[in-house]
Amino acid sequence: MLDQTSAPLYEALERFRKMRVVPFDVPGHKRGRGNPELVQLLGEKCVGIDVNSMKPLDDLCHPSSVIREAEALAAEAFGAAHCFFMVGGTTSSVQSMIFSVLKDGDKIIMPRNVHKSAINALVLCGGIPVYVDPEVDKRLGISLGMEPKKLEQAIKDNPDAVAVLVNNPTYYGVCSDMRSIVETAHRHNMMVLADEAHGTHFSFSDSLPVSAMQAGADMSAVSMHKSGGSLTQSSLLLLNGTVNADYVRQIINLTQTTSASYLLMSSLDISRRNLALHGDKAFKKVMEMASYAREEINALGDWYAYGKELVNGTSVYDFDITKLAVYTRDVGLAGIEVYDILRDEYGIQIEFGDISNILAYVSIGDRLQDIERLVGALDDLKRLYKRDKSGMLSLEYIQPKVAVPPRRAFYSEKVSLPLKETEGKICTEFVMCYPPGIPVLAPGELVTKEIIEYVIYAKAKGCNVQGTEDFEVNRLNVLK
Amino acid sequence: MEMWFSDVHTPNIKLNIRVKKQLFSERSDLQQVDVFDSEDLGKFISLDGEIVFSEADEFIYDEMVTHVPMAVHPSVKNVLVIGGGDGGVAKELCRYPEIERIDVVEEDEMFVDVSKRFFPETAEGLSDPRVNLYIQDGLKFIRNKKGEYDLIINDSTDPFGPSEGLFTKEFYGSCYKALNSEGIMVYQHGSPFYSEDEEECRKMHQKVFQCFPVSKVYQAHIPTCSSGYWLFGFASKKYHPLKDFDAERWKKRKLHTSYYTVNLHQGAFMLPEYVEEILLRAEEDR
Repeated sequence: MLDQTSAPLYEALERFRKMRVVPFDVPGHKRGRGNPELVQLLGEKCVGIDVNSMKPLDDLCHPSSVIREAEALAAEAFGAAHCFFMVGGTTSSVQSMIFSVLKDGDKIIMPRNVHKSAINALVLCGGIPVYVDPEVDKRLGISLGMEPKKLEQAIKDNPDAVAVLVNNPTYYGVCSDMRSIVETAHRHNMMVLADEAHGTHFSFSDSLPVSAMQAGADMSAVSMHKSGGSLTQSSLLLLNGTVNADYVRQIINLTQTTSASYLLMSSLDISRRNLALHGDKAFKKVMEMASYAREEINALGDWYAYGKELVNGTSVYDFDITKLAVYTRDVGLAGIEVYDILRDEYGIQIEFGDISNILAYVSIGDRLQDIERLVGALDDLKRLYKRDKSGMLSLEYIQPKVAVPPRRAFYSEKVSLPLKETEGKICTEFVMCYPPGIPVLAPGELVTKEIIEYVIYAKAKGCNVQGTEDFEVNRLNVLK
Repeated sequence: MEMWFSDVHTPNIKLNIRVKKQLFSERSDLQQVDVFDSEDLGKFISLDGEIVFSEADEFIYDEMVTHVPMAVHPSVKNVLVIGGGDGGVAKELCRYPEIERIDVVEEDEMFVDVSKRFFPETAEGLSDPRVNLYIQDGLKFIRNKKGEYDLIINDSTDPFGPSEGLFTKEFYGSCYKALNSEGIMVYQHGSPFYSEDEEECRKMHQKVFQCFPVSKVYQAHIPTCSSGYWLFGFASKKYHPLKDFDAERWKKRKLHTSYYTVNLHQGAFMLPEYVEEILLRAEEDR
């Protein structure tokens, strides 16, 4: 047992500050003196610890002292054998997982509703995706979890696959049966990688769904900066004892910066300490707040804030009740429209709006009075904006047809066509709404009429559609 | 020994009050509550370091949020006071015999207790049998009310503190819903003078102007408020604060006041040009 009350990296920074070392190294702002406006913006304390790696502060690329200790503490707190501090967002954690297990031409089984970072990684490493089509909740229009029997089938069809990637949970809070998935995959000698971008808190409460490490997954990408409270862009990569940590470090160092930010890293250290010591209590409060919000929102009528009632034992094996997703279409508004109105008219910024839902992110930083504002705003918004819901596109999961592996499609000779003329062609780039950043089209996939209609509808409703070379997403690159 | 309380109005301007004695200091679940005694303002209470009211100038505030709507609306029976745990507004309302019910919704119990302990004369407004005190979040309380009130007075303190939810579009919208078809809402409109406050003042008017068919602003001089100059909002579904103002009817009541008069009622709506401009900008900016 390590001492979770310590924060080695943070403490080293405190010691370093008192040493008053004269900097003849980077960064060139030299504790902010060379950039007074930056000090004005961030404060002296902040720029004072924006320093370079050095002996007393260790080195993220080759950690041997305080960073190594901080990582060991984080590993223990998350029930992992090894942990890496990551500074390139959870995108870098997800991609490092994939690069660690996949080589050119290797297959990976995954649900199609993965974050774009996973498919991006395949463009880079040449891996081939085998998609397990998720069941879709027809009313809510959201993709659900990975069903073990569908995984079993995918493995049967692709016995040469090397790994399985699972969302735990999805952006909306839907969890798959992690333990069965791990058991099935391991039985066929496949690694299990978990995208736990939205599940940092799982490790700190018995009332929440099982964490990937607890379920026996081999690797997990954890967004500490989401529910964990660290600074934006900081993340963790967790390994179980089944994985060679030294090889993973080599993989990480292929793409990771050699000037890792101590602001990000120390925020990971402090947040880990906070979660290890107070996580249970803090997330209990988050669960209570989100549950309270759900009850109040459902009592307003027309809005549907969903929770554990979705659990069905298969495609929704469990549900993360800290996620506050609300179905909006009975009010006659697309989620993205509610998202915009909440910000523009009510001064409330929520996480995202899609075609049929909004997601309000509830966390350790929330107060009950803010929940009251959100509920009050939804009530007032309904009073002012409720309209007939006919004519709204009902979105269902569009099953992708992968014609060409992502990397080959991305780098092949292509031609740019107006979006409307691309039906039947093979796309060579990504199209997605951000957030949530789940691709509508990925390189190598067949463009269908439904997809074109969906993209046009999403754009008209005000979704931030992106990913294509054409900035306005009026044209699409397709195979020549 | 010299002890001074600073009420910070902007990062560069503050009002200093010499303190004779600090009478109370505690943190509630929501905010820091302090009571001081001073030479010229008497006892005063601050929340999170900002003065809420003092014995010396509280009457101005209480009278202006009460008598202005009461002199316009011909028959007020049900009143809701949001905030107002000190009881000052309730006390003023209790002087009108036709009022049947006064619901006071205060989110901080400590504020009520401290008011009762240190400002018993003000807080006696809460002991009238027509007054129902609810310790609850104002937004939550009002959410389920429909067409119940003739008058709503938003007596909450600060658009940036724990009561920030009571200065929002959703709150004004909920008030609209909670009022009957002749209802009036009176609310704090902040001070328009310093540029820091001006933006908030403009946004507030914009929210209410979009929500209510009648939306007017009036003024008062309150020494402990930021810049000493304070605005109130008068929003209504039917009554105009001047066209429907019945001075004779109010005078017949023979209520003694120290700030409000029927002449001042009319003057209070005559605003300086720079304030008119702020309001006009809010109305045009859609």
